Amino acid sequence: MKLDVLQIHPDDNVGVAVRPLRAGTRVACGGTAFDLAQDVRLGAKLALRPLRAGECVVKYGEPIGTLTADVPLGGYVHTHNLESDYLRTWARGELLPAPAPPTAGARRPAYRPPR
Amino acid sequence: MTDLTGYPRSDGRKGIRNVVAVAYLVECAHHVAREITVPFGDRAVHLVGFPGCYPNAYAHRILEAVCTHPNVGAVLLVSLGCESFARGRLAQAIAASGRPVETLVIQERGGTRATVAEGRSWVASVLPALESAERVPMGIDELVVGTICGGSDATSGLTANPAIGLAFDRLAAEGAACIFEETGELIGCEAMLARRSVTRELAAEVVACVEKARRWYDAMGHGSFASGNAEGELTTQEEKSLGAYAKSGSGPLHGLIKPGDVPPRGGLYLLDVVPDGEVKWGFPNIVDNAEIGELIACGSHVILFATGRGSVVGSAISPVVKVCGNPETYARLADDMDVNAGAVLSGTVDLAAVGEQIHRLTLEVAAGAKTRSEDLGHREFILTYKSFEPIGPACLPVR
Repeated sequence: MKLDVLQIHPDDNVGVAVRPLRAGTRVACGGTAFDLAQDVRLGAKLALRPLRAGECVVKYGEPIGTLTADVPLGGYVHTHNLESDYLRTWARGELLPAPAPPTAGARRPAYRPPR
Repeated sequence: MTDLTGYPRSDGRKGIRNVVAVAYLVECAHHVAREITVPFGDRAVHLVGFPGCYPNAYAHRILEAVCTHPNVGAVLLVSLGCESFARGRLAQAIAASGRPVETLVIQERGGTRATVAEGRSWVASVLPALESAERVPMGIDELVVGTICGGSDATSGLTANPAIGLAFDRLAAEGAACIFEETGELIGCEAMLARRSVTRELAAEVVACVEKARRWYDAMGHGSFASGNAEGELTTQEEKSLGAYAKSGSGPLHGLIKPGDVPPRGGLYLLDVVPDGEVKWGFPNIVDNAEIGELIACGSHVILFATGRGSVVGSAISPVVKVCGNPETYARLADDMDVNAGAVLSGTVDLAAVGEQIHRLTLEVAAGAKTRSEDLGHREFILTYKSFEPIGPACLPVR
């Protein structure tokens, strides 16, 4: 059988699509099986068990961020439901993050443009 | 097996190319320098330089390291005249290395036309000797190989990066110095790197340098993460990092170096590319070629470049081998790619075989074979403002 989704490390709670897959595809990976709910691209991360908001996503056997929403078995994991524990992710079209508040001792600019 | 040969240099290193470097010392001299290189077409006359008018110790160190790189056989410096770059000191260092060097100051030579004509005739006078120079036997243990990933996507960490890691493990075991870099793309991997460090003191240095990278990118408000990474199904910095980390292979980490430091012997080295001190002058690496330039300044003869989205760049001075991790990208950009690591995903080849192909190709390129980016005329080079403190003694444990 052709491999569709790869579990890179036995501790991983997501698998990776090794080719573009269509909605309805029956996927068997990491000791579980599910029908894909949507079309996904090559490289997409798919939950190998139901995951809860606040849980770490594990890939390569290491945490890659924290979920901001529940994800069902086979659900698609990406920027809409996963956040970095280190640095914010920026994507084209998204607004740049608001500047961080000045730290203690930092001087504000002398001139601020009118709104 | 490839029999390596190289061009011997006075510092004991050997080059795998014999390039005339034409270096502009300020952006105002860039056009004149480029015009000097134009008539030489695909002969080995490469343009490098630094755009800024204000002096910078890092930029001086990198440009000197590039101009005295083993792949460089002669250097033409092109100065406007009023910029701050210490051109005399640079010319002396190049001359002391035994390389032919000439400095043309545009304001003294009579402007654009006169300087271009003089520059072209100087290059034409040194090039034939470089092209006919004898190569001498060279060992793998004299080779320095750098690696970088750019235009990464979710395939990079599955195919291209781990395949380069396998090639790195083998090259390092054979005595080559192997350098990986971009500490901002090791955020989340510091514990694993610490475990692979040959001493506890080195491990502490590695953890501190990744923490420095995190602080720096935090201040910038932007990680080492581009829009295309997310379109390529990478979600977070640490996910991208874990894929990038795979380039380093699985062997012990022998040292932590900074731009311009040449590894003292074979083994695996991490290049810290994030500046020291307060955050200034912007992003640590504005683009992949800034890092490639730093790998070359550390003596890299060949660069192994892993890409998923499909970078097409090469570099001045040292050849760049492109390892494509994504089979869809390979299908679109095959002409730009040296290795189709994405074939692993279709199951037609295994990762070990791709690792062996990269190892073999590295030695073939070192022996003189042209890479795709060399053949296509890619010779990118970029150098910007930065500042670094020297590395501490714990960074290069004595073996």
